[in-house]
Amino acid sequence: MKDEIKLIAGGMVMLALATSALVVLPYLQVRQVEPTPGLRPYTAAELRGRATYIAHGCVYCHSQQPRAANFAPDLQRGWGRASVAGDYAHDTPHLLGTMRTGPDLFNIGARQPSDQWHLGHLYQPRAYVPGSLMPAYPFMFDAKDKADAGDVVVSLPPGYKPLGKIVVATPEALDLVAYLKALDRSFAALPAKAAPASAPAASTVAR
Amino acid sequence: MNTVAILLSAFVLSVVALLAFIWSQRRGLLDDGPEGARVIFAPGEEGRIEEPAAAPQEAAALQRSVDAARGAVATAATQADLQQRAQADASSAPVVFFFLCCAFVWLVVASAAGLTASLKLHLPDWLSQQAWLSFGRIRTIHLNAVAYGWAPMAGLGIAMFVLPRLFGTPLVGGRFALLGGALWNAGLVAGLGAIAVGLSDGLEWLEIPWQIDVLLVAGGALVGVPLVLTLLQRKVRHLYVSVWYMGCALFWFPVLFLVANVPGLHGGVQQAAMNWWFGHNVLGLFYTPLALASIYYFLPKVIGRPVQSYNLSLLGFWGLAFFYGQVGGHHLIGGPVPGWLVTLSIVQSMMMILPVVAFTVNQYQTLQGHLGALRWSPTLRFIGVGGLMYTASSIQGSLEALRSVNAVTHFTHYTVAHAHLGLYGFVTFVFFGAIYFIVPRITGREWPYPRWIAAHFWLATLGFSIYFVGLSIGGCLQGLAMLDAAQPFMVSMSLTVPYLQSRSVGGALMVASHLLFAAHFVALILGRGPERTRAARIGAAVGARP
Repeated sequence: MKDEIKLIAGGMVMLALATSALVVLPYLQVRQVEPTPGLRPYTAAELRGRATYIAHGCVYCHSQQPRAANFAPDLQRGWGRASVAGDYAHDTPHLLGTMRTGPDLFNIGARQPSDQWHLGHLYQPRAYVPGSLMPAYPFMFDAKDKADAGDVVVSLPPGYKPLGKIVVATPEALDLVAYLKALDRSFAALPAKAAPASAPAASTVAR
Repeated sequence: MNTVAILLSAFVLSVVALLAFIWSQRRGLLDDGPEGARVIFAPGEEGRIEEPAAAPQEAAALQRSVDAARGAVATAATQADLQQRAQADASSAPVVFFFLCCAFVWLVVASAAGLTASLKLHLPDWLSQQAWLSFGRIRTIHLNAVAYGWAPMAGLGIAMFVLPRLFGTPLVGGRFALLGGALWNAGLVAGLGAIAVGLSDGLEWLEIPWQIDVLLVAGGALVGVPLVLTLLQRKVRHLYVSVWYMGCALFWFPVLFLVANVPGLHGGVQQAAMNWWFGHNVLGLFYTPLALASIYYFLPKVIGRPVQSYNLSLLGFWGLAFFYGQVGGHHLIGGPVPGWLVTLSIVQSMMMILPVVAFTVNQYQTLQGHLGALRWSPTLRFIGVGGLMYTASSIQGSLEALRSVNAVTHFTHYTVAHAHLGLYGFVTFVFFGAIYFIVPRITGREWPYPRWIAAHFWLATLGFSIYFVGLSIGGCLQGLAMLDAAQPFMVSMSLTVPYLQSRSVGGALMVASHLLFAAHFVALILGRGPERTRAARIGAAVGARP
């Protein structure tokens, strides 16, 4: 190997092979995939909430890819059926995630549809889930003496409210909750005639 | 796409490639013979140690131990032998010094951010009032400060030092690298600031907004200029194995970074595949080759003995180049991506065992009989441990790619421990060793306090052992609990708490060792510490300073 041209050319061919396999082929195969029937595009508020989800790095603890039953008991936990490529047709950037320090959130909107639960849980996760390791996001809320018109007041369990104040959600928190509630892929992954018998019971609340 | 066809063709391709290598080696096509391994030595230099990080007594003991292993006493060096290398060192010194200073700053920043993130994982209400200190951001600042600060600054600085030596010529165009390094660091400061205020591209390893990435691309390209210019001026006929790794790494990284950051190109599941193609290749085709190149240079250099088998190093290099690039899909096992992609990556992950074993056998044979040298050489101690950790993390990584193992470990802290075994136990340890070697050569000053080097080594080793063992056990238990549908999800979280605490303890020791390392560097620059008599620049020991 005396010739640097040969060395670099060889190295680049190797990288080209890898890039073809892991970037180009998936690009051809799944970049323009049809959305799963039943999947709607995000609203403007949900997209702002998604940006907040990214800005606060939720993806580092929460996956968005329930696994098949032969891999993990995700369906039994109420996390939903195994996801398919079409479920992510509107997801850029992708938020599949690689950690489950917290639970999978791909169907959190289906199993936890309450605004107040989400807001209180973001303000102080341990108010609703004792022993949770999730960070609190108090900076997404305002502590006020009294609510103004249009304010969304967060109702918190006793002991979690700041003394003599009420907690009001900022637009950032409301958008984030809108996004979390939009995370609902409880529709079937396949056209109705080919749907498997074990259609997901994703509305079950389970943790 | 037919899964069986893809699986079969990947396998056939891999085996054919392997056979081609064996055949070509038998024919001697790729082989420069043992002479290739000797190009790092001046004529007659074999058997003579080069270890600027060792104190005089240590260096003498190191030379005695090498003499004993060889059964011959090394000849004394002459000024003429070493002149070329002295010139190479002098030419690269300002550039290397700049890169290493940046590396030290990022090491300290990244350590502080990492320890904060670790603590916050088991103290979730600590420092929860500031958004930029929340786990999701400080963890990301830690990763980016390591991935684009410490690792590339140290790696590029080392490459900038080693390549002129290997080309037998002074560094040409160092000013481009200084400008490039400045742009790169400006980009990184802006990038970390963006992450802190919540501006992120949203992909792991690719969080820095693409508008800022432009600075890193321009900076990286400028850093490459002097390396190409120097290559064109080379005085040696043969390109040593370290040059293959460093040369290819410097061409691979820009392609990876550019393709991954093109705005608007990627989306949905395809973006996930691209994300892990990048995420794994930035480790496998950038940091790993830079660190392996350092081992291939410094390990033989310190003990004055050429690499045992040059053929094995060829197999190791081309095996890594071929197999490593395709393993990224194993981050998506069980995910909503095409099955063939995952299968291909699992196959290639297992094939990675080949180049890793080739490297390991080679290094072991080179060190055989010289294990005593580990005791006397700080450089060798760090690099030796780093090399072992390369083997360990690679084999572990191959096993983690198996579906049965992956089902347990994938979404857990086990993966975090594994990532640190690679980027800390292997890459960072090797870079530590190389920096201990390089700094005296480029500053003309010796490390003032040899005991601090030993303290750094033992603190880092002990801290990392606690970190790795604790987090691996915790991650395993976490994964098993998650797979057990009878247990509520919360069990998988709460059982990790003691292990997360042990990680913080180990991490604190690691941070302490880094602070000591950085303080030692500052003391050296400021000229503190006892006056040392042995000259730090090469060639100076046998006569006047060059």
